[in-house]
Amino acid sequence: MVKTTIQKRERLILGNRACAEGAIAAGCRFFAGYPITPSTEIAEVLAWELPKVGGKFIQMEDEIASLAAVIGASVAGVKSMTATSGPGFSLMQEHIGYAFMAEVPCVIVNVQRGGPSTGLPTKIAQADTMQARWGTHGDYHAIALAPSSVAECFHFTIRAFNLSEKYRTPVIVLTDEVVGHMREKVTFPESSEIKIINRMKPTVHPGWYQHFEVNPHFVSPMASFGEGYRYNITGLTHNPDGFPTARPVAIKEKLDKLKNKITHNVNDIVEIREEFMEDAHIAVFAYGIVARAARQAVHMAREKRIKAGLIQPLTVWPFPDVYMEHMLEQLDLVIVAELNQGQLIREVMRVNTGKTRVRGLNRYDSELITPDQIFQKIREEK
Amino acid sequence: MALLSKVTHQYLRTKKQFPNVWCAGCGIGTIMGAIIRAIDGLKLPQDDVVMVSGIGCSSRMPVYVDFNTLHATHGRPLAFATGVKLAQPNLKVIIITGDGDALAIGGNHFIHACRRNIDLTTILINNSTYGMTGGQVAPTTPFMKIGTTAPYGNRERSFDIAKLAIAAGAPFVARGTVYHMVQLRKLVEEAIQKKGFSLVEVISHCHTLYGRLNKEGGAIEMLKWQKEHAIPISAAGKVPPEKLRGKFLTGVLWDIDFPEYCEEYDKVMAEAQGKM
Ligand SMILES: Cc1ncc(C[n+]2csc(CCOP(=O)(O)OP(=O)(O)O)c2C)c(N)n1
Ligand code: SF4
Repeated sequence: MVKTTIQKRERLILGNRACAEGAIAAGCRFFAGYPITPSTEIAEVLAWELPKVGGKFIQMEDEIASLAAVIGASVAGVKSMTATSGPGFSLMQEHIGYAFMAEVPCVIVNVQRGGPSTGLPTKIAQADTMQARWGTHGDYHAIALAPSSVAECFHFTIRAFNLSEKYRTPVIVLTDEVVGHMREKVTFPESSEIKIINRMKPTVHPGWYQHFEVNPHFVSPMASFGEGYRYNITGLTHNPDGFPTARPVAIKEKLDKLKNKITHNVNDIVEIREEFMEDAHIAVFAYGIVARAARQAVHMAREKRIKAGLIQPLTVWPFPDVYMEHMLEQLDLVIVAELNQGQLIREVMRVNTGKTRVRGLNRYDSELITPDQIFQKIREEK
Repeated sequence: MALLSKVTHQYLRTKKQFPNVWCAGCGIGTIMGAIIRAIDGLKLPQDDVVMVSGIGCSSRMPVYVDFNTLHATHGRPLAFATGVKLAQPNLKVIIITGDGDALAIGGNHFIHACRRNIDLTTILINNSTYGMTGGQVAPTTPFMKIGTTAPYGNRERSFDIAKLAIAAGAPFVARGTVYHMVQLRKLVEEAIQKKGFSLVEVISHCHTLYGRLNKEGGAIEMLKWQKEHAIPISAAGKVPPEKLRGKFLTGVLWDIDFPEYCEEYDKVMAEAQGKM
């Protein structure tokens, strides 16, 4: 059993625990989940910690039920989260779509492991990158954050809650087996230093309230069940008042709203970390744990006077199209390093309208990509 | 909607949602009336009632009633309701589900909800078929009855819903019919008042699909069948066993007490916070 009390400002902790503590710091007071390696510690920590802060934990019968319960709790006004890995993430796709359609804030942590299927329960991969984007059916627009350290597990989980509350949409934290299971020192901020965003509440009279109001921000104020607003929510395509519709105009309006709230806010949602990009001709594009190796590799390259730099998307989805287009214009070569057979490279190639060479460095044998491998790739391709 | 008198009117979203999607003569509207009367009888404020459903003809009900309503995904309303109830235990959470919704795709959620014993009231509308998708065979379709996906007759056994629920741990299990509307209202009232997981199975009819496929007549003939085959549990002892064959029992079939989950979790929180 995982025990402790959250106290000291500086602690050496597990990545998964940092996710759990980040959730509590963000105001998460409900967790429903189903055990799966390598995410289980998140559930175990929250089973222990949530009741201490007046929150609730429940172990459900599967991952489908877990996300359903999370959505139910969020509709009832409580910030909610689940955590899983590969096979469980597959099972959650139906309700990721529901949360997106019904505009219910919630956070899903996917601690990636090797796949397909049961794959490699205790080994790393980044092969759910595209599933996080396209996993559920229908036109869907994802937000996914990718921590590369234990401290980032803490901070990105808070940010995931903030984004989900701000945009009334599910947000995925895409970590992995290594980040989840490594221990690093984290300096925790005071609670007063943590920025918390809560969902916007309606100010109108219940008679005028529309749960899916169309407005210029694409995000509608959200009342909770029991607050006197008595609205309907459904996964059926619906009017702004929440009732099902089959009118083409209303259908388009709804789907545009869902799209626009993400695409019109890319600048707010997306965060990118750069290193040596001011004068770089070569960039390594990598997220999560791979970005750490990539950072070392570009330092090695710089020592050899190779003008290499690092682009690390801290937000994997939405993809920063405009930013990357701009970067590609000034680059001769981009090496996309990832722990799969080539997923994010498709995005880089999609926005690459110029003559930049795009090369993949892929590993999917359960081992990490090393700094040396990336450095060698830079030397070979430059 | 002649059936829905003045009592029911204040609980309906008349402006927004009528006419409804149900076939004329379908039993679901009558069941909705009984549920509304039960809620009215218990004087539950509308703001405090949450109705959660899955997908199907039965599961369309929440859209029409003026409560906090959550039309969820096929088979999973109990899982959504679990989250709602844990987040706001003061709310009365009522689940409307079909037999396919609750027992096929949602079978796992169903048995675990029975076992877990959260204070949820489940109204399971059993019409022996998949209505919404066009009369396919369901886990409740009796042996050798016809469904569009069992054109040569259903060769599987059907679930005994009440026995399943009791075996899975549900502390309150009742059965009513569309025909016996007054009894149904009482059963729903009792179920709502029960502290813990409660199930009311309602025998309904889908005359347009199941009735037609199985040559069981229209709504009136199928209601008559309900009348003739329902035996109140109070009378069951007096009926000779041979006369019980092919019939079903109605009333409160099971009522025991077991610690309710939300109340237990309050103790968990008190212990975790060092108050005990
Ligand atoms: C995941 C999924 N699978 C299948 C369906 C299609 N579907 C909609 S309703 C339904 C069956 C409904 O039957 P039941 O629950 O018995 O309700 P009824 O319509 O008879 O009231 C099915 C299979 C769906 N909506 N979602
Ligand atoms: S199809 Fe059957 S269950 Fe559905 S509304 Fe019509 S009669 Fe009722």
